[in-house]
Amino acid sequence: SLRLAAPVWNWGTGSIRGLSRAVDPEGIQRKGRTLFQFLADRFYDVAAVREYLLRKQVLKVHQKNRSFTYIKERYGPFQDKEWMRSSGRGLSFLEFWEFRAVPIEAVDASGCAINYQGLDHLLALKELQSLSLRCCPHVDDWCLSRLHQLADSLQELSLAGCPRISERGLACLHHLWNLRRLDISHLPAVSNPGLTQILVEEMLPNCEVLGAGWAQGLKLGLEEQSQDTASSPIPA
Amino acid sequence: MLRSALWLGWGRGLLGLGLGTRRGVSTLEWDGKVSEIKKKIQSVIPGGAWNPLYDTSHLPPEHSDVVIVGGGVLGLSVAYWLKRLEKQRGAIKVLVVERDHTYSQASTVLSVGGIRQQFSLPENIQLSLFSVEFLRNINEYLAVVDDPPLDLQFNPSGYLFLASEKGAATMENNVKVQRQEGAKVCLMSPEQLRNKFPWINTEGVALASYGLENEGWFDPWSLLQGLRRKVQSMGVLFCQGEVTRFVSSSDRMETPSGEEVILKKIHEVHVKVDHSQEYQPVECAIVVNTAGAWSGQIAELAGIGKGPPGTLQGTKLPVEPRKRYVYLWHCPQGPGLEAPLLADPSGAYFRRDGLGNNYLGGCSPTAEEEPDPGNLEVDHDFFQDKVWPLLAQRVPAFETLKVKSAWAGYYDYNTFDQNGVVGPHPLVVNMYFATGFSGHGLQQAPAVGRAVAEMVLEGHFQTIDLSPFLFSRFYLGEKAQEHCII
Repeated sequence: SLRLAAPVWNWGTGSIRGLSRAVDPEGIQRKGRTLFQFLADRFYDVAAVREYLLRKQVLKVHQKNRSFTYIKERYGPFQDKEWMRSSGRGLSFLEFWEFRAVPIEAVDASGCAINYQGLDHLLALKELQSLSLRCCPHVDDWCLSRLHQLADSLQELSLAGCPRISERGLACLHHLWNLRRLDISHLPAVSNPGLTQILVEEMLPNCEVLGAGWAQGLKLGLEEQSQDTASSPIPA
Repeated sequence: MLRSALWLGWGRGLLGLGLGTRRGVSTLEWDGKVSEIKKKIQSVIPGGAWNPLYDTSHLPPEHSDVVIVGGGVLGLSVAYWLKRLEKQRGAIKVLVVERDHTYSQASTVLSVGGIRQQFSLPENIQLSLFSVEFLRNINEYLAVVDDPPLDLQFNPSGYLFLASEKGAATMENNVKVQRQEGAKVCLMSPEQLRNKFPWINTEGVALASYGLENEGWFDPWSLLQGLRRKVQSMGVLFCQGEVTRFVSSSDRMETPSGEEVILKKIHEVHVKVDHSQEYQPVECAIVVNTAGAWSGQIAELAGIGKGPPGTLQGTKLPVEPRKRYVYLWHCPQGPGLEAPLLADPSGAYFRRDGLGNNYLGGCSPTAEEEPDPGNLEVDHDFFQDKVWPLLAQRVPAFETLKVKSAWAGYYDYNTFDQNGVVGPHPLVVNMYFATGFSGHGLQQAPAVGRAVAEMVLEGHFQTIDLSPFLFSRFYLGEKAQEHCII
């Protein structure tokens, strides 16, 4: 709504009192200050506290991404096909130190709070062949635009279930010319999953794209067609 | 809930009045009455909020510390950073004056919405990098409690500039500068182009530069609405009106070499309400000119350029409106999802729009073909004669296309060097400019807003040094020429 001039709030007394005084000068005053009036007087302070809490939540995500050891990672060398699981909340520094020379070929970061900054750690792995970012709540279109740095090695990518990825981010996956398997199912922010899958398949001709399926939007039409043929049989 | 509480109180009050006996005026009630009377007297004295003759709630306030002329993306960005960088909450009163709240002619919303770092000037690259970081974290910068998060619909598909033999060397130099500043750009040969984008006809192309990250296009309307929402929640006042007059005072000063200089300071801004003769004189300390295509007129109102030509007083603000057309067409066999915003060496450009094989684009006219900026009517013959042949030559699939719609918008074109004007005027000491970006204002708005706010609050640029963009360059003749203009 358009506000031509902001209403003037009296910081101390609060104009709600003024309003109620106009309606009933004696009634409210006699009641004394109710809890509602108390809160109404402090509206701007409460708003400031809520903004502060919101900012703290965002900072928490940033902090998680800055520190390498907080990312729940499972990685393993390709020859042994052995996955190292994270024990508890994070990995100890000693475990990493043992394997620092081993090239990391697969990373499963499903469900963790990785965001644009946190991807720095993953993009440094130049031999990465398989990356799983299933159900990561903070991975969005901007993060996908960074994946071009893994174009030379990445063969398998899974983005299933990420709530912030849309077809606009999927458009920049065309840099990944080595990609052989791509999973883009269950992306709630994609506006037209069937059409998007067709366009992504055209964009990456050598890649097997697992997605919504092109017939998803057509199901209703097929049912209607079968009903029509049943009701009107062709005369002999 | 408020209303029901009031009615409840009223009901109880009535009952109370009926049941209770009148015991005379108690001390508490008398005190309340005295403060009420005091308030009424205060409002009647001139300077108070009460006007007995007519309702003035639609007029802007009588005082404001900063008046921002023009409520487009640049004006709102300056307002946002002023409120964000102020030393104490509520320290500065900011008023944004916008003539047309439907933004029907504003350059912001009619823009194609692209953002790129492929510029030749390092300052432009830095401005764009800062702005893209702002857009990426838009929900941290512009978060309003209880409102849904902002979705800018950003397409990170990048810009692809093509260069002929003539321009190849300049492009290589530019890419070197861009990489130095931190932009992620790569150079491609015609063969690499054909491999990556088989739908391009690489005839006449010697080199191409492709932005890999932080480039693309987004929805300018959502950015504008997000800024408006946030800026209103921070306490900035909006008013609808047109600035018709500046009332200023002059001071005669002497330079160290003995020359006489007249310094002006604006004291009042007269804001006229639409469809009416009434106006409000707003007393202000600082005026920020972000009127876009009409900045030249606002500068003239302040007396900038009224003097003998060749002197500082006679240097006008060289920003004028230039009309540019944007066409939207459908081409069923056109480039797919991977298509970046392609800019041909001939000046034509296009980008994908949505998933339905729709594309939008246009071409900057040459100096002789410059259309009349008096209105925003679209010339469809321009597409047929000038734009379509260039597009079809570069992308053969565009030989069959159907134009679905078109619109026109203004560039706030800087006739001097096609780059923005930022900072205070040397003679009208309290007018600050943030205009003249000639087609790349939207993508630099967050960074320029911050620069102007720093200039106003601190007196110098802090994050990005925009001294090459000050007004004095028009008098001194130092061009900050930008070569990569679409």
